[in-house]
Amino acid sequence: MLQKQQLQAETIRRISGVNTRKCMKCGKCTATCPAHSEMDISPHRFVSMVENNEIDALMSSDSLWKCLSCFACVERCPRGVEPANLIEAVRVTAVRMQNRNRLLPENIPSLLNNKLPQQALVSAFRKYSK
Amino acid sequence: MQRIGVFVCWCGTNIAATVDIDTVVEAMKREPGVVHSSDYQYMCSEAGQSRIRNAIKEHNLTGIVVCACSPRMHETTFRKAAKAAGLNEFMVEIANIREHCAWIHKDRTEATEKAVVLARTAVAKLNLNKPLTPGTSDVVKRALVIGGGIAGIQSALDIAEAGYQVDIVEKEPTIGGKMAQLDKTFPTLDCAACILTPKMVEAAQHDNINLITYSEVDSVSGFVGNFTVKIRKKARSVKADICSGCGICTEKCPSKKAKSEFNMGLNNRSAIYIPFAQAIPNVPVIDRDQCIKFKTGKCGLCAKVCPADAIDFSQQDEIIEQKYGAVVLATGFKPIKLDNFDEYSYAASQDVITSLELERIMNAAGPTGGKLLRPSDKKHPHTMVFVQCVGSRDTTGCGKTYCSKICCMYTAKHAMLIREKYPDIDVHVFYIDVRTPGKNFDEFYRRAAEDYGVNYIKGMVGKVAPTNGKLMVQGSDLIADRQVIIEADMVVLATAIEPDQTAKSLATMLTASIDTNNFFTEAHPKLRPVESPTAGVFLSGVCQGPKDIPETVAQASAAAVKVVGLLSKDKLVSNPCVAGSNELLCNGCSNCQHVCPYGAIDYVEKEFRINGKIKIRRVAQVNEAVCQGCGACTVVCPSGAMDLKGFTNQQIMAEVDAICR
Repeated sequence: MLQKQQLQAETIRRISGVNTRKCMKCGKCTATCPAHSEMDISPHRFVSMVENNEIDALMSSDSLWKCLSCFACVERCPRGVEPANLIEAVRVTAVRMQNRNRLLPENIPSLLNNKLPQQALVSAFRKYSK
Repeated sequence: MQRIGVFVCWCGTNIAATVDIDTVVEAMKREPGVVHSSDYQYMCSEAGQSRIRNAIKEHNLTGIVVCACSPRMHETTFRKAAKAAGLNEFMVEIANIREHCAWIHKDRTEATEKAVVLARTAVAKLNLNKPLTPGTSDVVKRALVIGGGIAGIQSALDIAEAGYQVDIVEKEPTIGGKMAQLDKTFPTLDCAACILTPKMVEAAQHDNINLITYSEVDSVSGFVGNFTVKIRKKARSVKADICSGCGICTEKCPSKKAKSEFNMGLNNRSAIYIPFAQAIPNVPVIDRDQCIKFKTGKCGLCAKVCPADAIDFSQQDEIIEQKYGAVVLATGFKPIKLDNFDEYSYAASQDVITSLELERIMNAAGPTGGKLLRPSDKKHPHTMVFVQCVGSRDTTGCGKTYCSKICCMYTAKHAMLIREKYPDIDVHVFYIDVRTPGKNFDEFYRRAAEDYGVNYIKGMVGKVAPTNGKLMVQGSDLIADRQVIIEADMVVLATAIEPDQTAKSLATMLTASIDTNNFFTEAHPKLRPVESPTAGVFLSGVCQGPKDIPETVAQASAAAVKVVGLLSKDKLVSNPCVAGSNELLCNGCSNCQHVCPYGAIDYVEKEFRINGKIKIRRVAQVNEAVCQGCGACTVVCPSGAMDLKGFTNQQIMAEVDAICR
């Protein structure tokens, strides 16, 4: 089981390009996060959980789908860790594990929201795929 | 033919673990000129040196190659050993097989191969070495200290006490530096002014110290023992020699809209001003950008009221030229600009301040007379939030990568002083780590938390939002694993510190090196911490790296000792590795003269007998006392007339051949 989580953690690190060891555990991400009140796992813990291969817990957390993809944590992190990129990679991994896309192409036009920035839109599609 | 001895050092396991010593020793035995090759565990030890001395005598060696660490580390050691055995010290070559080989390679075969190449290169060069004799140069018995803060003052006092003349150049109108702006000092809480101002007075009154304030170094030439420095004395517009410092001019000046630099812009000052009451010299200066007389030509009130007739609107900048034997850099620091940190609302709210601004607010001589009042409405605050590491330990380029070192302690001090004086104020400190190495430092921090009830929160602040006259501080509490929101009246930012902006230009003028953060580099990080790699230039205080007052004073005194050691010598041994021109080959093109950074090359007209006829030709001549042996001239010389002793073109070509063999 641990081996599976280890492999998943490695995949997440690879596709996100995030080096979790750069984190100095200052908590600026959690301090910055505008969606924190909705989250069961704080952003700073995303980073340490991927570092420690605790992927199952992360996959089943609500925070994964509450993250706004606003990238405030990426912008403010003093060490360039990019927690939002990491969480996005966890979402991608979760969606891939379903073995199918639940979001059908014909449904996409109705879900398009021009007010959303591109990056948030892409991550929103992943969230719709849940 | 030379008789060369090769000595391969293991450096314990530093070299021996990566380089196969035996292979190097055996390979060297086959090199031309080598008559002896051996190894030892620690060549720099007395036992190792005695092996070298004995081998020189036993094998009648004419030169030695030591394969060991960097020449910066032990070249002097091995030259002394060779000299003791009767060899000319310039018949010693070092092959750096530690830093340049063992430390940077992992593969033993590759590293050994490279060590052999480096060693045979040194042998190839040594085969062409000639004994050199160093000359001597005089020492000017006067020191220059650049920067008049606590570091510069301490260095100057110690040098002056040893009996040498010292000039302090300070760019501000007064000496005192950043320490003069501080309220109390950790961990003893004694008032900064009470301990600094007597030292300022002592410096001003010392027979051997000459203060050159409101002045900056314009240019530097020369070398250790003999620097020539031009100092720009900016026009004060006040005759310092007749001004009595009565201050009437500053009271009567009608232009009072300039921000006080000393009070961190928290209040205004007049256009003619004395930075603070204990300023030294106690002579005002006219800020020409603010002065009505300079802006419109009308006013001149200060000149009318001055009882000593000391105001001089026509004063010009003056250049002073002086010779020095040694230079101490004590240029200090400043807090960084907070433009990259919008999240703290520093620009958006007056009630978000830096720690240095808080020092002024807490100071009895500050803008609020020492009362802790919110800058926006001058009301008493009830909740204060301190944020640590603002711009420090930041690798994103927004701030500084290093720890500013002093913030943990001064924040504990601020928090404690506030809780002591105003127990009704809630004080919260957001920290990443609390770093308190230092005598009585951790005890001090724990006192703030345990005895004074300062609330330390492990976490960071993500956002400060000014809302209805309050500051909504959103932060993280990592121990409780939650986000917290504190409604604060004031937020204090422990802003990162950086070297003063003058450091960079001074580094260029003095060819003293600086690191990527513009801190001056020391000659050796552990063993020569107060010397710059440039001979005769010494480092004092924060210009070398963040440090607190006790450390600054200790380093300032250490730098002074180094200066005194230098100035106490009557003659300095000069480097014999200097350039010289072969006049028969010189074509008089002047390229070398243009490229020489030290002004060591002159051209002279000389008579030559060519094919029986006397001809006058223009040829280069090197002033060996001024030449520093950089070799720039040898590179630009198109006719190969310029050569550098100890590093001749022939020797360098032999080295290249040996590498490519």
